[in-house]
Amino acid sequence: MKTNIAQLPETIVNQIKPPVVHPIWLRVTHWLNALAVIIMILSGWRIYNASPIFPFRIPSEWTLGGWLGGALQWHFAAMWLLFFNGLVYLLLNTGSGRLWKKFLPLRPTEVVQDFVKALRGKLQHDALDHYNAVQKLAYVSVILDLILLVVSGLAIWKSVQFPLLRELMGGFDNARVVHFCAMSFLVAFIVVHIIMVALVPRTLLAMLRGR
Amino acid sequence: MFKKNINLALDTESILKDAQRELALPSRRLFAKRALTLGGLSLLTGCNITDEPSVNSMLERISRMNDGVQGWLFDPKRLAPTYTQAEMTRPFPFNAFYAIEEVPEIDGDDYRLEISGLVSDKRSWTLQQLHKLPQNEQITRHICVEGWSAIGRWGGVPFSYFLKQIGADLSAKYIDFKCGDDYHTSIDMPTALHPQTQLTLTYDGQILPPKYGFPMKLRMPTKLGYKNPKHITSIEVTNSYPGGYWEDQGYNWFGGA
Repeated sequence: MKTNIAQLPETIVNQIKPPVVHPIWLRVTHWLNALAVIIMILSGWRIYNASPIFPFRIPSEWTLGGWLGGALQWHFAAMWLLFFNGLVYLLLNTGSGRLWKKFLPLRPTEVVQDFVKALRGKLQHDALDHYNAVQKLAYVSVILDLILLVVSGLAIWKSVQFPLLRELMGGFDNARVVHFCAMSFLVAFIVVHIIMVALVPRTLLAMLRGR
Repeated sequence: MFKKNINLALDTESILKDAQRELALPSRRLFAKRALTLGGLSLLTGCNITDEPSVNSMLERISRMNDGVQGWLFDPKRLAPTYTQAEMTRPFPFNAFYAIEEVPEIDGDDYRLEISGLVSDKRSWTLQQLHKLPQNEQITRHICVEGWSAIGRWGGVPFSYFLKQIGADLSAKYIDFKCGDDYHTSIDMPTALHPQTQLTLTYDGQILPPKYGFPMKLRMPTKLGYKNPKHITSIEVTNSYPGGYWEDQGYNWFGGA
């Protein structure tokens, strides 16, 4: 007698097909966020070059927009994608309880232990659905960093209309420094993130097809 | 001939070995490699998508939408921060789309401010008449679209007072400014009526110097620098979108801070 896979009890099906690590909404928001973040960073670098706050400029081949006006158009277009996509991610992630399940508990001692293991090359990426303490810290940090980027960006864009944000950032000029530092952290995260994906390519497959 | 055959045989063997090794490689590894270069590809195309007309028109549409959002965020009662004289930026930077040597020299005695559009009194104004109107002073931050900012002390006529003086239709959408340095820009009515929007005649207690816009400029601490026109020669109240020098090239029209 032939058995159709659909007729099998769910538990057996789950044993045949590996479980879904990343639900579809997470994968969609992840890639939309990647697109928004790339546009924001590259156009932001050209805006930075118009009046650098530190004694260096970003090579213009690495920037997006062609000139200041174009870069501003890209930056202020992609910010809507970054903002609303981030909002959907946070709502679904907190609403479904996934955020706490994936990233908590986050214990400093475990972070240190796992970090030492990682430096010795002994930290295994064995289960895709389980993050080690270093991963938890990295992902929670980058979520908070993106929130800081949006808030400091808002303080620069609308420094008169949002006086509280402006003062929280230490004034208009300091908001630019905060925005730049938050961008630098994001870029550092992306570099490490891509290296890790290259080392463990099945994480990329999981982020594409869910398992 | 014999030697060549041996080489060929050896080559075939090593090629087969290589091919087998390649086949044995999980296809996902190849996929990951390609995915990584996809990132590089998107960076490369980034240089070209800026010139694409359809992309530009999309960006332009989003910029118009952002005008609407900023108009909605704008609070006509919220004041920009003011500063003390000690906090002033000295020297206050010169900024224009031309070099400081090209600043226009306008004769204050011949100067006339032309008024047109949706106003009941279209008489032009002399500089003396403008100086006779009630004046106030403010020390505010000028924020440039490039990101730098500077604090200056500006004196002049509250623009809302002036608009009422000429009988402007305060329900009109735009005020258009044409300038003695061939610059032009336009603003929304709510910003025009904001208490800190000023027809500026002095800088730091002195008659406005040419580099800062003699004989008269519009000063708005709620807007970016390029929205603050210098050497204004004509003011028009209108309902048809007037654009501006930088705005027509892609800078956001609302330009609010």
